[in-house]
Amino acid sequence: MKLTVASSPHIRGNFRTNRIMLDVVLALLPALAVGVLVHGWMSLLVVLTSVIAALLSEYVYCLIVRSRDTTLDRSCIVTGLLLGMTLPATVPVWLVIAGNVFAIVVVKCLCGGLGQNIFNPALAGRAFMMLIYPAGMTRYPAAVDAVSSATPLHHMVMPALPEESLLDMFLGRISGSIGEVSALALLIGGAYLVWRKVISIRTPAAYLGTVAVLTLIFSKTGHPVLWMLYSLLGGGVMLGAIFMATDYATSPVTAKGQLIYGVGCGALTILFRYFGLYPEGVTYAILLMNATVWVIDRYTAPRRFGMKKGGAA
Amino acid sequence: MKHLFFGGIHPKYNKEMSTGVTPLRTIIPETVVIPMQQHIGAPCQPLVQVGDRVLRGQKIGDGEGLCVPVHASVSGTVVAVEPRPHVSGRDVMAVVIENDKTDETVTLSISDRPVAERSDDEILSAIREAGIVGMGGAAFPGNVKALTSMGKIHTLIANACECEPYITADDSLLRTEPEHVLEGMQILRHVLKPEHAILAVEDNKADAIARVRELLPDYEGIELRVLPTRYPQGAEKQLIMSLTGHEVPGGQLPVSVGCAVFNVSTFAAIYRAVCLGLPLTQRIVTVSGEAIAEPQNFIVRIGTSFHDLIAEAGGLHDRTERVICGGPMMGYAQSDLAVPIVKATNSVLCLLKDQNGAAENPVCLRCGKCVAACPMLLQPLYLYRFELANDLKELERLNLMDCIECGSCAFTCPGKLPLVERFRKGKQKLREAKSK
Repeated sequence: MKLTVASSPHIRGNFRTNRIMLDVVLALLPALAVGVLVHGWMSLLVVLTSVIAALLSEYVYCLIVRSRDTTLDRSCIVTGLLLGMTLPATVPVWLVIAGNVFAIVVVKCLCGGLGQNIFNPALAGRAFMMLIYPAGMTRYPAAVDAVSSATPLHHMVMPALPEESLLDMFLGRISGSIGEVSALALLIGGAYLVWRKVISIRTPAAYLGTVAVLTLIFSKTGHPVLWMLYSLLGGGVMLGAIFMATDYATSPVTAKGQLIYGVGCGALTILFRYFGLYPEGVTYAILLMNATVWVIDRYTAPRRFGMKKGGAA
Repeated sequence: MKHLFFGGIHPKYNKEMSTGVTPLRTIIPETVVIPMQQHIGAPCQPLVQVGDRVLRGQKIGDGEGLCVPVHASVSGTVVAVEPRPHVSGRDVMAVVIENDKTDETVTLSISDRPVAERSDDEILSAIREAGIVGMGGAAFPGNVKALTSMGKIHTLIANACECEPYITADDSLLRTEPEHVLEGMQILRHVLKPEHAILAVEDNKADAIARVRELLPDYEGIELRVLPTRYPQGAEKQLIMSLTGHEVPGGQLPVSVGCAVFNVSTFAAIYRAVCLGLPLTQRIVTVSGEAIAEPQNFIVRIGTSFHDLIAEAGGLHDRTERVICGGPMMGYAQSDLAVPIVKATNSVLCLLKDQNGAAENPVCLRCGKCVAACPMLLQPLYLYRFELANDLKELERLNLMDCIECGSCAFTCPGKLPLVERFRKGKQKLREAKSK
């Protein structure tokens, strides 16, 4: 009998990359379902186009550079799904494809592939799309019928409280990007990921907590609490905090670092919302924080074992 | 005050597999191969020649310095004195004895006075002469650890955590001979005079805990501590932290924080040596895993081959992939089943193909699960990256040498990186760079 001699450990846990990616996809489905329900079948087509474009981009890239087929880890499906869900249902198809090619090929694969990229591929893809064709990214269909309308965030720029009720905002009966409208569905997905131990609650909690505190203190209306709630429920902050800021490759690995990172994302989001050119600031807030991850990790590294605070043990 | 160690994991323990067969069966092998090195330190020199008749318990090897003797574990005839395969992977000088199965035994000359009236020297010398080493895996000479702890410790710890999956050797010992362990603790309490003496066990050993609880009233001053099961609780530094809150700094020994840790099997061996005059010639070994027909614990003579043990346990499955000396998390995979059980071997673990879960193309996702799992507060993903890049400066800065190779990071890694394997290589590089 030929026995294998290899390094310990000789057993491993059940966590696998492709299972984690499947969990993220499952966690996104409720938000996608609400998006399709509210904004119509076009939105499903947009998201499907996005996923297929991401898959094909990575598959073709692997063929060209003659590497093994990395689509099997399913991470490109997550990228395509996430990118698609940040788009309005009226986005042109060619733009969706261009965004995914950029996200997968330039941002992910050319930076070394899974786990090596500095910037979140889905958000970088979205930023790229806004750069090359802003008009295609900013026409939002109204809830239920497909006439373009202003999102709640557009009201808030004025500044004024949106006309939509808080309940509609929470459930998702509002205008906006396909996957961002239902806070409830996103929170359900987030809870699933925390329960499955795919993500830690630290980053989303720090992110949303910072947004809450800042909007409460710096309310632009006479109703700070309402302003805070609308700020949390409007725009892409839920989707960003739960699904984008927790992206493994582009967020810190230390517990303390994840908190700092979440606070940074939240603060920048509000900064961009209040002073930026666009009503929303989530995309650029997270992309900017992506660039700080290595520094955060380095300065939040755990202390050495046996060296408690205040010198030697 | 409750303390807990950092990180850790909850693997599937599979301990019930090997606890069914009682009482424990004793294996009487045809031949034994007794290596001259079964401890950390200088090897023994053989004291016998081919053709000599030896008795069980007779000293057949000894040496100078950091060294404890080895003894014949059966009576019979020496048929070879030559290098033989050893669980360490190297060939080691060994005395091969053909068993005459009479078990004619010679004991150590010990005092008949009660332990409380004996001098420290007398007791330490008996521990040395019995060839006692740390039986939890490290195999550090017992008398030396005791000697270097004298006057410096406040807490004496008996380690029965046995946190590695599958292994139930210490558990079996506590279920069958708990009084030997407690008596052994009394002996070292007499020598080391610690303020606290703790028997630490994880809460997945209900029977053992019950047996010890029954006896405790007769052993005033010994405290039983039942810890929540989590790997690697039984690692020395982690156990000390769980029990006392103290962290043993990198590169230092438990005595630096006033603790001494011995495995429960070591305590039982100390009792048998000091009170019964019996050298260390046998131990309990778990033979388990999905690839073995009848998993169980055996009382095994030192020098019995893995092959004999496996045969006694009903043999290997056709799809066996690995036979491991020790546990699945930290044990050493063996290529040659002729290797003998040594004093520190607590388990022969047989695993099937595909149980390892390794991936062909390991990829780091940066998920950070390894950071959360590391009980030594290291950042395995960065150590891995810098090891691959040969960046010794960063490996030093990130304290690679603190790594205890427990495998928690590799176990938990969804990308299936060969973390421990690379860390061993990285440590070797650091050691080589230092010695230059």
